[in-house]
Amino acid sequence: MESVFGLVGKDFAIVAADSSAVHSILVHKTNEDKIMILDSHKLMGASGETGDRAQFTEYIQKNVALYQFRNGIPLTTAAAANFTRGELATALRKNPYMVNIIMAGYDKDIGPSIYFIDYIASLHKLDKAAFGYGSYFALSMMDRHYRKDMIVEEAIDLVDKIIMEIRSRLVVAPPNFVIKIVDKDGAREYAWRESIKDAPVPGV
Amino acid sequence: MQIFEYNGSALVAMVGKNCFAIASDRRLGVQLQTIATDFQKIYKIHEKLFIGLSGLATDAQTLYQRLVFRHKLYQLREERDMKPETFASLVSAILYEKRFGPYFCQPVIAGLGDEDKPFICTMDSIGAKELAKDFVVAGTASESLYGACESMFKPDMDAEELFETISQALLSSVDRDCLSGWGGHVYVVTPTEVTERILKGRMD
Repeated sequence: MESVFGLVGKDFAIVAADSSAVHSILVHKTNEDKIMILDSHKLMGASGETGDRAQFTEYIQKNVALYQFRNGIPLTTAAAANFTRGELATALRKNPYMVNIIMAGYDKDIGPSIYFIDYIASLHKLDKAAFGYGSYFALSMMDRHYRKDMIVEEAIDLVDKIIMEIRSRLVVAPPNFVIKIVDKDGAREYAWRESIKDAPVPGV
Repeated sequence: MQIFEYNGSALVAMVGKNCFAIASDRRLGVQLQTIATDFQKIYKIHEKLFIGLSGLATDAQTLYQRLVFRHKLYQLREERDMKPETFASLVSAILYEKRFGPYFCQPVIAGLGDEDKPFICTMDSIGAKELAKDFVVAGTASESLYGACESMFKPDMDAEELFETISQALLSSVDRDCLSGWGGHVYVVTPTEVTERILKGRMD
């Protein structure tokens, strides 16, 4: 079961997700990127049904881009989160997307923020959030160690503690994680935490 | 899995002398896990009309957005605010529209009507209105709330005493319900002012 978690720091937000793509008992790949970069200053970490996740996150990314094309200015994080919730809510009673989302963003006058959107479209702004079986460990670790206004090094240290906890205590623990960060300089990949590397594709 | 008990909530409204109070708990949960302790369940429609929405959080958010939309249109057309009795009928109609695919919410409506006469009512998830002269309750803690309110309520309390009574009733009831609590949020509304207070209760 997929783990995604995120937290807000002093002037940045971090989202981390596991990177296994699993089908029943088979692990297809261990370097699947589940955190979509929506635009220059927004990230969306998603967990849930694989097809829904890939399709829905891309749909949101393209609509965020469309808004910017049409209006000349980017959406705020809150607006993007509410748009995402609206799409999930509309689809809920027709053809629900089984995708849980942690959306992180940085707005110039607001600073960093994180939005928790679960698969039935409940939206809430939070300082720390987590989904999946890993959430039981992530939320507890964050309750213990999280403080407001942590610097990047402290936050990454907490993320590593959480990953360590998930790896050691979850029976079907995902081996690899990806960490992405968003701050005033934009949204970007921060690091991978790999304990298993996929076999390299042989050169032809 | 009971859908009305998925997120957890406790709502109560009471009538006083030319005033009313409406209170809710602050927990947002996903079954056994607590996600947030600052989740808002009472919304202002206008200065003298409040609605609390218990039940499934996603439907509460959707329903609130639809009701604000309808009230704003009403304000544009009629150039005045809606009376609480009218608003209650609107909520009832919107809920019954979805009779065979309902919103999983139980609203609690409280307002000051003509000549600032307090009005409270609740309804079930398909819009069956329940008017009361003293108090109305909703949510996972409703049974405890009924008992607490019945014993603590007195008619014609002033704003201060009403605040004390509703707070005690709310806190003692949510302490017996694992799905609601984590503090309280109380609005006391008189013809001249609205007082919003956060209650500190057992944080479990």
